[in-house]
Amino acid sequence: MNWSRENRWRAVIVAAGVLFTLAAPSMLELFTIINLSTAIALAILALSLGLIWGYGGILCFGQTAFFGIGAYAYTIAAVNFGGSSWAILLAILAAAAFAAVLGYFMFYGRVSDVYMAVITLTVTLILYSLLRRTSGPEYKIGNALLGGFNGVNSPPLNLPWPPYTPLYPEHVFYVGMAVLIIGYVLCAWLVQTHFGRVAVAIRENELRAELIGYDTRLYKLVLFTIGGAVAGAGGIIFCNGVGRITPDVFNLYNSALAIIWVIVGGRGTLVGPVLGSFALFYLTTWLGTQGTVNNNLVLGLILIVFVLAVPKGILPTFISWWDKARQRRSMQRRELKVRRRRGRASLLEEAADEK
Amino acid sequence: MDLAIALALQIVYGIANLVLISLGLAIIFGMMRVINLAHGEFLMLGGYTVVISTNHGVNIWFAMLVLAPLVVGLIGVLVERLLIQYLYGRMVDTLLATWGLSLLFVGLVTTIFGAQTETTISPPLGAISIGDYSSSAYELFLIGVTVALLLLVWAVMKWTRLGLVARATMQSDDMASALGVSTRNVYMITFGLGAAISGLAGGLLAPVTGVLPSIGATYIAKAFITVISGGASILAGTSAASILLGGINGIMSFLTGPTLGEVALLAAAIVLIRLMPTGITGRFFRKSL
Repeated sequence: MNWSRENRWRAVIVAAGVLFTLAAPSMLELFTIINLSTAIALAILALSLGLIWGYGGILCFGQTAFFGIGAYAYTIAAVNFGGSSWAILLAILAAAAFAAVLGYFMFYGRVSDVYMAVITLTVTLILYSLLRRTSGPEYKIGNALLGGFNGVNSPPLNLPWPPYTPLYPEHVFYVGMAVLIIGYVLCAWLVQTHFGRVAVAIRENELRAELIGYDTRLYKLVLFTIGGAVAGAGGIIFCNGVGRITPDVFNLYNSALAIIWVIVGGRGTLVGPVLGSFALFYLTTWLGTQGTVNNNLVLGLILIVFVLAVPKGILPTFISWWDKARQRRSMQRRELKVRRRRGRASLLEEAADEK
Repeated sequence: MDLAIALALQIVYGIANLVLISLGLAIIFGMMRVINLAHGEFLMLGGYTVVISTNHGVNIWFAMLVLAPLVVGLIGVLVERLLIQYLYGRMVDTLLATWGLSLLFVGLVTTIFGAQTETTISPPLGAISIGDYSSSAYELFLIGVTVALLLLVWAVMKWTRLGLVARATMQSDDMASALGVSTRNVYMITFGLGAAISGLAGGLLAPVTGVLPSIGATYIAKAFITVISGGASILAGTSAASILLGGINGIMSFLTGPTLGEVALLAAAIVLIRLMPTGITGRFFRKSL
């Protein structure tokens, strides 16, 4: 296997993730670990948006819809089945199926990206207002009451198949990190395949990709569906980390958050959005404990500043600086070498002249 | 019969409501191809202007009809100068920046006035009765204002020099600027006017809905969906989309309840956009204003 620079970096990132997973429980307090599982769930959401927006150029303002659907589907299925194994599968499938239907609507309707943003946002808001209304006892799926804006309590994950051994909250951290790392590896692999490269080509110039002969609608649909599945998996971790799922996952604030992670972290990278989500999770938690500055105010400022001043996001900007610096350094080195060689040559010449 | 009249009035009010909340957005989108995600916050700021000035003893009519559009219009001009003008031609970036602006406004208003407002104002007019049913006279007033507003915008676009220049810029900004029109100024004025109309709408709706920092979110989905299903023509598009979507909303609300009515409105709009990606006026009434 040819280890390109990207792959070397990816290996480093995966190793760092594994190390963190193994080291964190012995170094951090239990409360922090439980809190971290929520942040990890959001990071998976960020990863999914980083994949479809950063690599496919699909401007989805409602990625939280799939995240929330995954969480709701898991909760409802787990309540009904009495165990989490099938529920997990079902939740991921439900999120992917919803993404596929919505994607079919948009891509085969040839909706342009700005309209796509508005449609996905609107769908999320529909889910929000629909689920907020389900507070009566008549709104239930099987044994699971939907509970309106109070939401539903999520049953804990358990070890695969027999449902007797539920995982403790601190174990959700391990599951979450495993999903995040596996998801990252899968996405990183996907963007390197032929499929991923075509997706990038569509992002760069859809018309050209289509003229070359690719069915861009299908490529976008498949990518969008995969993104939906990843977001759904994040939703499962989220409702396990929090212990319940409420319609608030679908609100405008959370949709904005997802977009901000990707903008801050950087489009066209997968680690960037993940790091962005962790950074903003801690920033908003910290601001919440300070209580002096409003969260919305800070997030709004961050979004505006990034769009105007750092439109590529932190990680790509940093990478391009690094590359430039390296180029400059290697050029200086080469110049030095040339000068030295020249110097030596002229010395030899002088010596020859003296003879 | 009374039921029919009351229902019809309710549906017309729903339609007028849609026109009112989306007209400002439609002007900005139709003229400048800018989708302003902070539109809901312009409405919210209009509402706050009315509530605060009324609490300080300003006449409520003056506050609604003069102060709200003035204040929000000025904010709009400021926003255009400080933010939007750097982003023309970059639709996605505009979308993102205005979303940031929306969060910023929500945060600012929450910081200044708190997450809840203690003081609300009640609708200034009483009730009128239609047979066994009663309806609020203020709703009738709002329908009247909406019609007047549509006529006013139409007259300005059709008969004034500003309207002529604006229409020219809308059709071809390069040509307009080659003929000596300062498109920069046209855009600034348009954005300000769009914001002013949003402020007026927010102010007029404040007695009905109350004001909260986050109230913009309840308007925003409906306003967007109306403007996008309407398409590029400002007046014809907004009116056609409002009639269609408001009608669906009204009928579904009557049959099943308000939330499902709203869901039906949004779902209908998504199907409409699938069928007509450029909106109603992308297919019909193309030459209209």
